[in-house]
Amino acid sequence: MPCATSSRRRLGKALALLVGASILVAASAEAGTALLNASYDPTRELYKAINPAFIADWKARTGEAIEIQSSHGGSGAQGRAVIDGLRADVATLALAADIDAIVKKSGKIAPDWRARLPNNASPYTSTIVFLVRKGNPKKIADWGDLARPGIAVVTPNPKTSGGARWNYLAAWGYGLKTFAGDEARTKALVGAIYRNAPVLDTGARGATITFARRGLGDVLITWENEAFLAALEFGKDKFEIVTPPASILAEPPVAVIDANVDAKGTRKAAEAYVNFLYTPAAQAIIAKHYYRPAHPEFAEEADLERLPKLDLFTIDEVFGGWAEAQKTHFADGGVFDQMQKQDAAVRP
Amino acid sequence: MSAFAASRGKAWRFAAPSVIPGFRATFGFTIFYLSLVVLFPLSLLILRASELGLAGLYGVATEPRVAAALRTSFFISFAAAAIDVVFGLVAAWVLSRYEFFGRRFLDAIVDLPFALPTAVAGISLAALYAPNGWIGEPLAAYDIKIAFTRWGILVALVFVGLPFVVRTVQPLIAEIDAELEEASATLGASRAQTVWRVLLPPMAPALLTGFALAFARSVGEYGSVIFIAGNIAYVSEIAPLLIVVKLEQFDYTGATGVATIMLAISFSVLLAINLIQAWSQKRFGHV
Repeated sequence: MPCATSSRRRLGKALALLVGASILVAASAEAGTALLNASYDPTRELYKAINPAFIADWKARTGEAIEIQSSHGGSGAQGRAVIDGLRADVATLALAADIDAIVKKSGKIAPDWRARLPNNASPYTSTIVFLVRKGNPKKIADWGDLARPGIAVVTPNPKTSGGARWNYLAAWGYGLKTFAGDEARTKALVGAIYRNAPVLDTGARGATITFARRGLGDVLITWENEAFLAALEFGKDKFEIVTPPASILAEPPVAVIDANVDAKGTRKAAEAYVNFLYTPAAQAIIAKHYYRPAHPEFAEEADLERLPKLDLFTIDEVFGGWAEAQKTHFADGGVFDQMQKQDAAVRP
Repeated sequence: MSAFAASRGKAWRFAAPSVIPGFRATFGFTIFYLSLVVLFPLSLLILRASELGLAGLYGVATEPRVAAALRTSFFISFAAAAIDVVFGLVAAWVLSRYEFFGRRFLDAIVDLPFALPTAVAGISLAALYAPNGWIGEPLAAYDIKIAFTRWGILVALVFVGLPFVVRTVQPLIAEIDAELEEASATLGASRAQTVWRVLLPPMAPALLTGFALAFARSVGEYGSVIFIAGNIAYVSEIAPLLIVVKLEQFDYTGATGVATIMLAISFSVLLAINLIQAWSQKRFGHV
């Protein structure tokens, strides 16, 4: 049957082509120096600006062309992707807990990663602030106001969103400070804030959209840089940023993924990339994107003035580090779960 | 199922002769495809969940938050599929029995929920039913809240399930002769009697299939629901969201545990529906 043979030959050819093409694609991805940065959602705009600056810097120093790809998603989902085999060279995530999870679940990052870079491996910090409607009709100034009856609070779900965990811990830290370490009163305060939440979005961006576009709620608890972006995006005439007198110092960390860079031979470039984040050029870009730079001296004065001074407490001081906070508050059966259980009883 | 019913009474044979040749190749492909795409991933899932053991699985299922989410998912899916059966039948009837301007256009629109990314559906529905949305705002005046409550979940699930019912019932309606209705009328049956005793019985198996498909889709639905549900634990949290929650805590075993429980419940419900279907087919015959 000549027809069958020719079709079989054609199939063989197609298969060979397919295999060849996939080898080619795989090879080109491995060969040239290309770095993949696995990051979280709100840094989309930041790394879009930093990457070209690093490419130019690397070219000037080594004469090599380098390509940088950024992948964005929920911080936990990105961590999971790295554990499951995403060949990223660096991880720039929202929480130290997510990088710790990579260390623990896959061993792809050395356990001492936090000590390998200055400032706890956080080239930039941020804090948690409030976005309210123009004129601040509900007169919201501090965390205590969010617990008042009749205030609708929009915040993402701490069980699914890294940013939401910072929100929660900021409120908790404020409570401990205000009530002189009284855990019960703090729990009551934070519980009241979450009872005021009519909806828990799964991510920080989703919550921003719920508040800004759907018009739900009186106040959005969010990253400082996200608040600025939302105000810019949806109109300064509609929203106001309220910075509470005290909030948490959010430290999004960065780390080189050792196992991946060693396998790909990109260690030098990857290390240069994370170190570049601490240079004057990168620090200036960081401040421009409403993050708080680790070295404010390198940033432009005007950019820094937009970020008000407030009393910032760290997670290490108040909660004894991420691992501890994670276990006490967010694990199954933790404090947040207990509060939600109580809430369910009184919700309509 | 029909093959199963038909094979009963005849001598059991592995492969009945057919006009189309190539049973070995196609059977091999079927097994290969089913194993690679369906059975292999699912058995991995169960393997992972088996770390928990039966007692552990029971523990996961009875954990109050998981139990609440499972109840929410399955009950609302059931209700949504039931609503879909009623309105899907009506839509299918109109689309196949009447000739009117724009019928083909409407017929094409029915399939849209198949093609639309579910997240898009969820975002659009949430925008419509939110307190400041086109539908939500007038309702809010009467203190009716849809978005960010359980009703929101129902709306989203009805939306994604409807085409399944329409598409399974439509060919059957096209097959039913109008003469059957006329005969029933000349014999003195009322309209209601005609519908209940002449038209609905032969359609029952197809309606059940549509129900099963809509139900199955609803149980697994994630994208369209999370945007409109509100996601409040114990109130409007669906089981697929809990799987994501558990993954977000790097609790792979817990996540696969919830998934396995969902799989088991879904499978039993679908099996039950299939059995009823086989029974109804035997009882009412095929058109």
